[in-house]
Amino acid sequence: MATMTLYPDDERLAGGERTAFNLYIISSVALFVLMMLLGLTMRMSQATWLNVAPDLFYRILSMHGAGMVGTAALVTTAVMWFFLRKYVTLHLWAFVSNYVLFMIGAVCIIVAIFIDGYGGLWTFLYPLPVHAMGLWTPNAAALFMAGYLFIGVGSLLFYLDAAAGIIRKFGNLGRALGLQWLFGGSIDPNHPKTVVASTMVIIANTLGILAGAVVLVMSLVNIFFPEMALNALVAKNLIYWFGHMYINATIYMGVIAVYELLPRYSQKPYPISRPFLWSWAASCLFVIVVFPHHLLMDYAEPRWLLVMGQIVSWGAGFPVFLVTVYGALTNIYRSGMRWTMPSRLMILSVFGWAAGIVPAILDGTIRNNLVMHNTQWVPGHFHFYLLLGVLPMALALMFHVIGARANRPPNTGADRVGFPVYFIGGLIFVLAFLDAGHLSVARRMATHLPEWQFTDKVGSIGAMLVVLGMLYFAIRITSGLLKAPAGGSPRDSTANAAG
Amino acid sequence: MIQDAIWYIALTGMGLVAVGFIYVISQAGKSADAAATSKSAHTSNVLRRWLFGALLVIFVTGSYATLHRFPIPSQDASLDAKQVVDVVGQQWSWAINPATVQAGTPVEFRISSRDVNHGFAIYAPDGRIAIEAQAMPGFTNKLLYTFAAPGTYKVMCLEYCGLGHAPMTSQIQVVAARGD
Repeated sequence: MATMTLYPDDERLAGGERTAFNLYIISSVALFVLMMLLGLTMRMSQATWLNVAPDLFYRILSMHGAGMVGTAALVTTAVMWFFLRKYVTLHLWAFVSNYVLFMIGAVCIIVAIFIDGYGGLWTFLYPLPVHAMGLWTPNAAALFMAGYLFIGVGSLLFYLDAAAGIIRKFGNLGRALGLQWLFGGSIDPNHPKTVVASTMVIIANTLGILAGAVVLVMSLVNIFFPEMALNALVAKNLIYWFGHMYINATIYMGVIAVYELLPRYSQKPYPISRPFLWSWAASCLFVIVVFPHHLLMDYAEPRWLLVMGQIVSWGAGFPVFLVTVYGALTNIYRSGMRWTMPSRLMILSVFGWAAGIVPAILDGTIRNNLVMHNTQWVPGHFHFYLLLGVLPMALALMFHVIGARANRPPNTGADRVGFPVYFIGGLIFVLAFLDAGHLSVARRMATHLPEWQFTDKVGSIGAMLVVLGMLYFAIRITSGLLKAPAGGSPRDSTANAAG
Repeated sequence: MIQDAIWYIALTGMGLVAVGFIYVISQAGKSADAAATSKSAHTSNVLRRWLFGALLVIFVTGSYATLHRFPIPSQDASLDAKQVVDVVGQQWSWAINPATVQAGTPVEFRISSRDVNHGFAIYAPDGRIAIEAQAMPGFTNKLLYTFAAPGTYKVMCLEYCGLGHAPMTSQIQVVAARGD
């Protein structure tokens, strides 16, 4: 069972661990602000409040997509590492290697986009990278893909180290996932939810990254040997298998913060259960096989894959609603909890995940996809659970850690202003996207029709608030992390003391 | 219109989630003694079963309703449509032949691409998407659609395909059926 001590000793960061964690977090919040500014630039350009040339717009879009997905993965890897190291042996070199390889990959991507002109988006959908119509060179596309390979290798190193640690402690990945308790037996109440979630992520995302590596290498071969053409449908399946799992893994890594921290702030036990184990086993399978919902408009895709894509998209809502969301709400219900930044952000994150699933499921329905595919409904639903779900999960841990260093949960007056600015801005931003999707506004277009620009303007206002809120969070978290730990014993702190 | 139905279902679903959260958040600051905690745990388990049942009903009926008549035509068999339109996308234009069809009779669109992935989306005169399919190099996607009303239908590309993606547009003229 997760500890009820607010700041337990085994979570203290010292020496190299603290440096590595700070690097991850400070880099992530800085990148989030920068990527959000790029997003705001695009929305304002669509709203005609800024004049951005189309070639620059698509390069910004490529950077925003790759940067946001990558940064979400980076920061949630830090969440997983922060908690998993308490239960299994993790090597700091693997954690640091992931960071270094991520940064090398990021430099490749930035150079490919802003110096070499790559504008083929984060999805590098074959064969667009080699059909640039003179806008970028094959070398730019290759450099962009090489950046992905660096980042993927870093993630794999981290996962392999984590898998080795888990297998050493629990025997195999199945036992770590708790499969032995699905149909009966007494569940070990001390079996950590963090280990269950981490194991699921390791299994699913390793497969996803390997699929990504295969299609990246195939695409690189095609760049330098164009006679080696790929099957566009196979390439698309591999790209979305990789892309879907990679971004989904961020939710499953991020939610570890909720499992670990929520009971400390509510001071109510949040025990492991059979439904919990079932939900993670099911989610593991679902997240691996759900990717065909990205190909619902590719009629050449085998029908059974399209049907699977829809059914699994719908089924994926069960574990989230019945276990994680319901469990979190039950945990805080009449708990006497006082609201501080970590607890606010955790509940926001669960809300963002739950509410964001509703438009996602609707879009994952073939009949609906016939009129919603590649409209702004799509960024509407994924921004919902990334901006209001995944990011608040990571922010909750960040505020928790700066609380540990200050010896009390953060809850200043500025925090109480910053939170609603981010939350309300985020809501306006995602609802503007969803409304635009409902009005058939296309996604990924540099220029919009005049009748589309009202939702662009509303979305831009939401994005401005989000940027303001995130900028405040970034400054607050960076300064909090760089402060020396407070004196005294953190263990004496309580969840309801705040400042 | 299907887009409106989707929008209202989404708003209802997200609204219900929000109401659940607002209620629990309003109760979170209150404390409960052991007896009340035990009672609320029991109520919570009962509610969870009801929620599971409700989701299961939605899952089964929704899946059946949306899949029993598969919304995409067979790609292997002949569609026997009296009107056939060949659509080829290429950076950054559409070749649509013929570009005039009749309302009220099914039209088979055979959609492919000469270079990269494109998205063939037909916008109705009211500005909403009527139907769409991907145009992928090396494959032909067959789409069957019956235009309900005459008018000028705009074609847009809905899969990012490079610099000229947004201006990659065309038109389909839908005329009244003969005899109308």
